[in-house]
Amino acid sequence: MSEMAALIEPHIPALRRYAFALIREDASADDLVQDCLERAVSRWHLRRNDGDVRSWLFTILHNLFVSQRRQTLRRGPHRPLEDVDHETGVPGAQEHAITHRDMLRALASLPEEQQSVLVLIGVEDLSYTEAARVVGVPVGTIMSRLSRARDRLRGLMNGGLMNSEEPVTLRRIK
Amino acid sequence: MKGGMPIGDDDLHGYVDKCLSPERMAAVEAYIAAHPDAAVRIRQYQEQRQALRSALQLKYDEPVPVRLRVASIQTEQRRWWRQTLGRVAVSGLWLLIGAAGGWFANEGLAARPSARVASATVEDGIAREALVAHRVFAAEVRHPVEVDVSQEKHLIEWLSKRLGRPLHVPNLSAQGYQLMGGRLLPASAGPAAQLMYDDGTGRRLTVYLTAEDGGETSFRYVRDGELGGFHWRDAGFSYAVLAQADRRELLATAEAIYRQTAGPAPVPAR
Repeated sequence: MSEMAALIEPHIPALRRYAFALIREDASADDLVQDCLERAVSRWHLRRNDGDVRSWLFTILHNLFVSQRRQTLRRGPHRPLEDVDHETGVPGAQEHAITHRDMLRALASLPEEQQSVLVLIGVEDLSYTEAARVVGVPVGTIMSRLSRARDRLRGLMNGGLMNSEEPVTLRRIK
Repeated sequence: MKGGMPIGDDDLHGYVDKCLSPERMAAVEAYIAAHPDAAVRIRQYQEQRQALRSALQLKYDEPVPVRLRVASIQTEQRRWWRQTLGRVAVSGLWLLIGAAGGWFANEGLAARPSARVASATVEDGIAREALVAHRVFAAEVRHPVEVDVSQEKHLIEWLSKRLGRPLHVPNLSAQGYQLMGGRLLPASAGPAAQLMYDDGTGRRLTVYLTAEDGGETSFRYVRDGELGGFHWRDAGFSYAVLAQADRRELLATAEAIYRQTAGPAPVPAR
């Protein structure tokens, strides 16, 4: 295996996870990762040698996502999760049993910029500084997005909406 | 309270994400112990963090699809380059063919003005269409012809009717080719007929005809790789004969066809 492959491949599962968190549709998420890898492979020689490969890959993925999302927004939003039959949640005792689907729906209900930060930091374990570099904003902005995202999710959890049959909506927590 | 700076929002998140210095971690812990509301908040942050991680863990654990392996991406990119270079090369080839065509057309123009220009384009079209048709159907194993030689009479009648004039199917057994049959094809100017012959070793020869009013032309030689042929116009038809053969053999075949379909053979052009 080439040096490039050896440095890139360990990050592919994480890139797929991040792409899936943002897009929530398997094939489109992998398409985004493929675009990212194509770009990374063809620009391998342009990366800063001292820079860390993981942040570099996430930055490419993030930028592609943002520019592709801009195109999709022009075409109209794509909301796959709400088309899917909802899992029949167990009513009642939900606070400690947040289902995966509910969690992803709650994530989807956040503004996109907050989703990115929440996943990069909470799931991908990037430092605040690394996340700031990937998203291209100051660390302070990362902190405030993280804080808003977490409080919003907390509102959803406390409002008992996590297991509701209704799609999570922002209206109900405003 | 330990740790100097008062505990802020940032510290609570830093605590959840375990990215504070040990001293600061201890300070936050002490703060939580004294503030039950902050403790609840932190617990909920931790819960949602954990819930999100486990919701996405399945995706992380999935095997990586082959198309996302670096080796596949590299292969794809190399293929793309080859195809692009190939396309550039083909465009270059067409440019050459065009230039050569222009040169020959110019030669013809000098010899016999207006008549030759029109015929040059029509005949080039014939040669091109005949070449494509040959490549498509000569390679066909199961359905090389639409109507086979066992119905030769029907074949001749049918093609004559569709081309709008009586068609003569040449006998090329003296050249070693036996008729297999024929088919009707769409050409740019209307229907075309393709007659297919076989030399017994699987080598195929096609005669391609379209109805064409206008004068006679001389034999013109075409070659595309291993495939060569002659085309000409005579007695209400444009003809092209194509096979994987050398120029001499092809010329003999073209002359045989010409003799069977009309009068004396024209003089071969350069």
